[in-house]
Amino acid sequence: MTSFLQQAFNGLVSGSFYALLALGLAVIFGMLRVVNFAHGALYMLGAFGAVALADSAGLGFWWALLLVPLALAVAGTLLERLLIRRLTALDPLYNFLLTFGIALVCQDLLRMKYGAQSQPYERGPFPGSMDLGLFDFPRYQVFVLAVSVALCLAVWLLLTRTRIGTIVRAATERPELTRAFGIDTGRWVTPVFGFGVGLAALAGVLAAPMRAVNSGMGGDLIITVFAVVVIGGLGSVFGSVLAGFTIGMLQALGNLYVPVLSQTSVYLLMAVVLLVRPAGLFGKEEHA
Amino acid sequence: MILGLLEKLHGRPALIRWGLLTAGLLVAIGLPWGLYPPVATDILCWGLFAVAFDLLLGHAGLLSFGHAAFWGSSAYVSGLIAIHSGLPFYVAVLGGAAAAALLALPIGFFAVRRSGIYFAMVTLAFAQMVYFIANQWGDVTGGENGLQGIPRDLPGVDLSDSFVFYYAALPVVLLGLAAAWRIVHSPFGRVIAAVRDNSARARALGYAADRYKLVVFTVSAFLSGLAGGLYAVNHGFASLQEVYWTTSGKVVVMTVLGGIGTLWGSLLGAGAIVRLEDWLSTSGFEETGLVTGGVFIVVVLLFRRGVWGTLAHTLRSRRQSPALDREPHLEHDHDDSSQPVSS
Repeated sequence: MTSFLQQAFNGLVSGSFYALLALGLAVIFGMLRVVNFAHGALYMLGAFGAVALADSAGLGFWWALLLVPLALAVAGTLLERLLIRRLTALDPLYNFLLTFGIALVCQDLLRMKYGAQSQPYERGPFPGSMDLGLFDFPRYQVFVLAVSVALCLAVWLLLTRTRIGTIVRAATERPELTRAFGIDTGRWVTPVFGFGVGLAALAGVLAAPMRAVNSGMGGDLIITVFAVVVIGGLGSVFGSVLAGFTIGMLQALGNLYVPVLSQTSVYLLMAVVLLVRPAGLFGKEEHA
Repeated sequence: MILGLLEKLHGRPALIRWGLLTAGLLVAIGLPWGLYPPVATDILCWGLFAVAFDLLLGHAGLLSFGHAAFWGSSAYVSGLIAIHSGLPFYVAVLGGAAAAALLALPIGFFAVRRSGIYFAMVTLAFAQMVYFIANQWGDVTGGENGLQGIPRDLPGVDLSDSFVFYYAALPVVLLGLAAAWRIVHSPFGRVIAAVRDNSARARALGYAADRYKLVVFTVSAFLSGLAGGLYAVNHGFASLQEVYWTTSGKVVVMTVLGGIGTLWGSLLGAGAIVRLEDWLSTSGFEETGLVTGGVFIVVVLLFRRGVWGTLAHTLRSRRQSPALDREPHLEHDHDDSSQPVSS
């Protein structure tokens, strides 16, 4: 029982990363119709940003958590203005290919600078663990889970309870109608992209103290996250987050009972979902 | 100069076609004289892979981002057959291709339920599943070490010389290319183009669109498997790299660089990328993704027609027949929901 709960907790923690990345992908896709392949690379850049800040300026985790997402969000807005915007009038596949190219370039640039070895990051806060009766929770992991849940909730509230959210949702679901009401949807595109990128970078900084920081960390993760958003329904914020946590749990528990299937379980689940609901669990049927 | 020559010939498309075919064959036969033979064989393999991929992307409008699954699974299966059976390598490669086609049936069955960007993501995810299986099934695939010591068996011929092996591999590739050409120019090819351009209308005409997509997906996987099997026999090993997602990306780069939907352009794209990577690795530069990625960004932003597409476009605009002048299909083939939100 204890090992079950322990694994479930670990699953929720890795689900936090899936959820944060899937959330950013969903928000970006909803507004721009861009499936950002570079999302994994941006997560990796976030983790390396934390390492670089510690190495060069001696700045600790909290500074990294503040500065790195901001800096990458700015870089993301530049990316959207300079490159992605040029392709939005064409088939969405072109932007998928563009961001794939960007991901490859980022990954190899980092490998050139740091090599293939993992970089140590020992400035994470909350060392040790806490005893909550069931088993020992590593305190940092509890923190990651809390941040992730809080952020997902905040974004959800932002989208459902505020005027900005209403505009973004309207622009996502009925772009023509929204424009007909005199709302300049184009104005929101760049900030939304920057916001999504910032989320990926933040996930990267959170990952730095507990994961191996290396140039391959984003590439493998992004493909799992793609499967997550296919399951949840691409463009559905709620579906993406829920699927993110579920897949994290599924992999961790799979690790406990059927280790062979642990890595592939997410793709098996994706196959089942495609069979039953091709648009994803919470997605709307559309053709993009 | 070449353009001028082609222009003079433009009234005779058949002449151009035969001329190009002869030139292509001459290049194919002469390749290992001008290039290090193993690299020449690599160009053959990647060229066939890229043509097989363009059959799917350019002619059926389906961007698979998981074609490494077929190239790679065939590399492993061909290798296993060659190691354990001692049969001629042709049999091994054919067996590998058949395995790739078998694998494509379930993957394609799920993938064709979605189109466009979703199709890309679903194929990518399933390919990654194949990667994990290859990684974990170490007893068979060698796991991290890969499958080593794949022989090049052919009774009566000593294939240890790479120069000789090139000519043993060439017929397989030419047959594969001929098959791709035949399919595109067959009634079946017309139907898949119709499904690509307007699947609703094709369905209304009574064609089972998803079934056609699945068939072309499987055929493309089979041809990719032929290429992947040859590649493994050429190198004497199959590694996890063959099933990794960067391999899927590489074949997309080759096709886009050559020109989507041009079929033969893919050969040029493959040749260019293989040469470039070979040149870089011999000069000690290992971050080939930097170059492939860079090529990707430039081509997608500035050069979407690709090499062959640009050439054909230039010729056609000189011939002032605007009806024939069309952009790669990707820029046409979108419905209302894929319209950009920003303006």
